[in-house]
Amino acid sequence: MKPEQTLEEIPLAGLLEGVGAMRAKGGRMVQICATALPGQFELTYSFDFDGRLASLRVQLPASDPRVPSIASIYACAFLYENEMHDLFNIKVEGMALDFHGNLYNTTVKYAFGDTKAPAAKPQAAAVPSVA
Amino acid sequence: MARTIIPFGPQHPVLPEPIHLDLVVEDEKVIEARPSIGFVHRGLEKLVEKKDFLDFVYVAERICGICSFIHGQTYCQAVEAIMDIPVPPRANYLRTVWGELSRIHSHLLWLGLMADGMGFESLFMHSWRVRERVLNIIEATTGGRVIFGSCKIGGVRRDMDAGAVRDTLSELEIIERDTREITKVFIHDNSVKKRLGGVGVLSRQEALDFGCVGPVLRASGVAQDMRKLGYAAYQDLPVEPVTRTDGDSYARCAVRCDEIFQSITLIRQALDKLPPGEIAVKVTGNPKGEVIMRTEQPRGEVVYCVKANGARNLQRFRVRTPTFANLPAMLKLLQGCDLADVPVLVLTIDPCISCTER
Amino acid sequence: MPYFEMSFLALKWALRKPPTTQYPFEARKAIAGSRGQLIFTQDNCVYCTVCAKKCPTAALKVDRAQKKFVLDRLRCISCGCCVEICPKNSLALSTDHGSPTTSRDSEIYRGS
Ligand code: SF4
Ligand code: SF4
Repeated sequence: MKPEQTLEEIPLAGLLEGVGAMRAKGGRMVQICATALPGQFELTYSFDFDGRLASLRVQLPASDPRVPSIASIYACAFLYENEMHDLFNIKVEGMALDFHGNLYNTTVKYAFGDTKAPAAKPQAAAVPSVA
Repeated sequence: MARTIIPFGPQHPVLPEPIHLDLVVEDEKVIEARPSIGFVHRGLEKLVEKKDFLDFVYVAERICGICSFIHGQTYCQAVEAIMDIPVPPRANYLRTVWGELSRIHSHLLWLGLMADGMGFESLFMHSWRVRERVLNIIEATTGGRVIFGSCKIGGVRRDMDAGAVRDTLSELEIIERDTREITKVFIHDNSVKKRLGGVGVLSRQEALDFGCVGPVLRASGVAQDMRKLGYAAYQDLPVEPVTRTDGDSYARCAVRCDEIFQSITLIRQALDKLPPGEIAVKVTGNPKGEVIMRTEQPRGEVVYCVKANGARNLQRFRVRTPTFANLPAMLKLLQGCDLADVPVLVLTIDPCISCTER
Repeated sequence: MPYFEMSFLALKWALRKPPTTQYPFEARKAIAGSRGQLIFTQDNCVYCTVCAKKCPTAALKVDRAQKKFVLDRLRCISCGCCVEICPKNSLALSTDHGSPTTSRDSEIYRGS
């Protein structure tokens, strides 16, 4: 069963406006998900409207990714934004509570932020599927 | 008035979990709480790039030791949604039964911890005595006590025969009776009421603003429960969210107490209607696409973002655990509270820091 | 009587037998259907390596040429995947969870 959800691609410049509109409609902040793709980052901001899920998506370049903080709209976003910074090395400008890279103490710095295209993995496709 | 900083955690008697709070106190009042988490970040989200997507269920289940089953179930549902796998109805019902069992055991665990946090040691023992019975059912029907290991993509790995259904139902009778005894203390005892009532009030609007989920949100009067989305067997079983309007610690405790009985009812209904048939379908091919899957954990809504590009390994696997969403609210509650209330307020959101550090 | 709810409960249980067991002296009753230790029956094994390929934690290592079966108990999570897949039924899960150990050594079985 596919859950009911919408996903809207927006330009980075329209992020604050888009999130503000979600807030005005009474959305509850659900999550921010960053994904490192080959050559770029993808951020998904999800909001809940009483069971219906609406997401906004922005793309960031791989080099020097910067995104404005949405803390002025949703104060609770600071954990997600620090996570984005600590794991993906995405600079979030104007965070309400900035841990300066100390939210997660990982051995490998910015462990998730690898945007190089993955080397062709020698994955055997013949793994037997389970019944 | 001089300010003092009192460290709380990561090892604290009330919460042996890796969260550290710097409590800025003025006299006996907490002015501010500065959190630090991330002591045991495990990077499980990254592991998805190394593991086969079928085997990853085991990893997903180990994100949390308490709400393990629903993590595995949510992962399976997300991949099934991407691959359009029709899960047999019997598997859906069994998932529901096990999910509700894990909710009962998680809530009983929380009640025990809360009693312990209040200094009510014997009540803690009683809650965990009942929880043991739930764990025994879980072990008998799935094979694991806290890590069930019975969910897989395409269905479930184990069936419940008529005997197991009968045993479970009769055991549930005893659990319900014993839980009534315990929750009577939590709901009616004056000392509990005095300790929890009016402590850490979160208004409806605040709860929504801070993005709270689960019992914390419902105790503030918002009737949101992801089970209403109708995943697994919840489309056939009616779930009315349990709510309270006071928004204090007592209300959150009462919501969890009521949810135990709601879960018992749901299990009875599910076992009653348990459809016959297959318990799993064969999975072929690789997933391609993306989906955001939300389910209701004992602690609240969990969000799984899964993105796949047609390889054996998923591209991105992201988990937003309920505690992650409830942490900002906890920090808000700590502002301006009495130092003596800190253990209650930390416990009241049912924090599971280890699963936040997935 | 809201002041004495707890006292009633405490009194009631003070008069009963304790529901706990005295663990080291009295073992926990095994529950039927529990997934405990992995049991390997060497006699039927044909060293086909299917189980080792299927194991999600790489607890099993099987060498077909040398007829060697290595089980690393501390890695095994008792998931039962190998049991499901073994064509010769030489693997099984017992309801017993095994005793604590102080060594990390794997168990090595060699066929003739
Ligand atoms: S699958 Fe069975 S027969 Fe094959 S190597 Fe493993 S134990 Fe031996
Ligand atoms: S039970 Fe699971 S973890 Fe243990 S050896 Fe078998 S497949 Fe591996």
